[in-house]
Amino acid sequence: MNPVISATDLVKHYPGVVAVAGISLAIPKGICFGLLGPNGAGKTTTIEMLEGIHLPTSGTVLYKGEPLGARYREEVGIQFQHTALQEFLTVRETLELFERLYHHTIPIPELIELCALADILNRDTRKLSGGQRQRLLLALALINDPELIFLDEPTTGLDPQARRNFWDLVTLVKSRNKTIVLTTHYMEEAYALCDEIAIMDKGRIVSQGTPAQLLSEHFGDVVLQIPKNDAGSKLFELGLSVAETADFVEIRTSRLHHTLQLLLENGTNLDRLHIRSWTLEDLFINVTGKSLTS
Amino acid sequence: MKKFLAVLHARNMEFLRDRSALVWNLAMPFLLVVGLAFTFSGSNKEIYKIGIVGGIDTLSRAAPALQATRHILYVPYDDLDIAIDKVRHHQMDMLIDVSGTPKYWINSSSPNGYLLERIVWGTEGHQFQRQAVEGAEIRYVDWFLPGILGMNMMFSCLFGVGFVIVRYRKNGFLKRLKATPLGAFQFLFAQLISRLLLIMIITTVVYSGCNLFIGFNMQGSYWVLLLVTTLGATCMISIGLLIAARTASEEFAGGILNTVTWPMMLLSGAWFSLEGTHAWVQQLAQIFPLTHMIAATRAIMNEGATLSQVMPHVWVITAMSVFFLALGAYVFKWE
Repeated sequence: MNPVISATDLVKHYPGVVAVAGISLAIPKGICFGLLGPNGAGKTTTIEMLEGIHLPTSGTVLYKGEPLGARYREEVGIQFQHTALQEFLTVRETLELFERLYHHTIPIPELIELCALADILNRDTRKLSGGQRQRLLLALALINDPELIFLDEPTTGLDPQARRNFWDLVTLVKSRNKTIVLTTHYMEEAYALCDEIAIMDKGRIVSQGTPAQLLSEHFGDVVLQIPKNDAGSKLFELGLSVAETADFVEIRTSRLHHTLQLLLENGTNLDRLHIRSWTLEDLFINVTGKSLTS
Repeated sequence: MKKFLAVLHARNMEFLRDRSALVWNLAMPFLLVVGLAFTFSGSNKEIYKIGIVGGIDTLSRAAPALQATRHILYVPYDDLDIAIDKVRHHQMDMLIDVSGTPKYWINSSSPNGYLLERIVWGTEGHQFQRQAVEGAEIRYVDWFLPGILGMNMMFSCLFGVGFVIVRYRKNGFLKRLKATPLGAFQFLFAQLISRLLLIMIITTVVYSGCNLFIGFNMQGSYWVLLLVTTLGATCMISIGLLIAARTASEEFAGGILNTVTWPMMLLSGAWFSLEGTHAWVQQLAQIFPLTHMIAATRAIMNEGATLSQVMPHVWVITAMSVFFLALGAYVFKWE
């Protein structure tokens, strides 16, 4: 399938800094593509080159096989990480302002329903809560019924409830066969929404694939967590891969059945055993050596 | 106190590290002081103004005693009719023509003209032919009104447009608009028209309201006045757009705007006539759109000038508007 958007050897230099050091990717239609990375990894620079906001120092970006141009502006929807709106306008007036900037648009009543804006239509945009504001910004990104939508850290700063509501909204948008490019700091968000992810570090993509595929590629084992009080001293003499945390003794194993049998034979109390599978957070630390929020 | 000092230090560092704003804040007052000192240098003690047709040198040969008299400012004119009009409207106390048979003109109702006539008789006898003109004095308020309205328009156009666009750029609103099909020229033109409508309505209301109480002199056509002021406002908005075309620093933009507005305010003839200042100052004043707008509106209101008579000013303002708007659109950056 032809990609909706593709990039080849994207490079972006700023004075004294290489923000993006050569990125190639192709995003097929109808998926949610997640771009993850620690602060300063170059993901906002990358996404802004894909959006056509910044020109790359070198490399190309193609939308449906063509260079970005007037058609792209009509067919793309963008929610920036930081955006101000025209002051002293209500939510409805803001929607009407942006509606007039495009040839083809979604009817505003449909958009109001989709983004749950009915209760705040006549409110000054400066007086919206974080969640309300993000819903409005998403509505503005959708107003031209875009085929491709960029969401740059859309839930940063939202409370868990508002974040979950926003995920539901994005899932609804995804169900309309839209292509979404998402950057986020939240691994559970990427896991919940993204069909494919790319992890960036130091201006490059260091890992790319579906979340399940990446986890199975990087982690062929599981972690058994046993509270310290339950782990006898003999446990350390069984030849297992054991590490201690503040509260637990953690055993990494790719042979779960065999390890459990060994622990039972050793008389280890397994009543409070917890088997932890690997998460995207673990994957992220594994490939970048950093915590996401560092 | 600790908190106060911390905030004070942070703000000082912010200001000092914004190099562009710092340079303008230092350079602007310096340039202003030097410029004003030079512009208004000289004895500056003249009491009477005499217009001279035929050259100051000729006057010094024809009337050396008068020419040597102190506290008289001589203003050369090439066009006799224009000079006579000045006497008629009390803008000049006396006019002397030494290009042929020596003559002088005074306004019969001018006290300064009466005194100057005595001085001429006392120094040169009765060798000059006396010519009297009649004409009411243009009240200071009638002379001053186009200047004050023009200045108000200038500040509203330049700061109202310049600062707003810089704020839009700084807070990311322009970046959001860049992501839409909106073109730079469409955006700038919308800003221009919005401010133009606003300023024309405000100016009309201010003029009409004051006119009820003061009763301004209006010799010409209101339509021509509307045309000239509309073009003048357009030109100054275009300058505001050009200044705001790239910068994201409000302090830097403020510095530039002050640097543009102060010379315009002082040298455009809004507060006082530039007659008698250095010739280069009068030449310099011609580069300001406000100079042309005020000169044209004064001519329309006080002298009944027609459109064809103010066309030179109209052309200059129009050309400047097109130039600044085109340049502003060309160099404009959303971010």
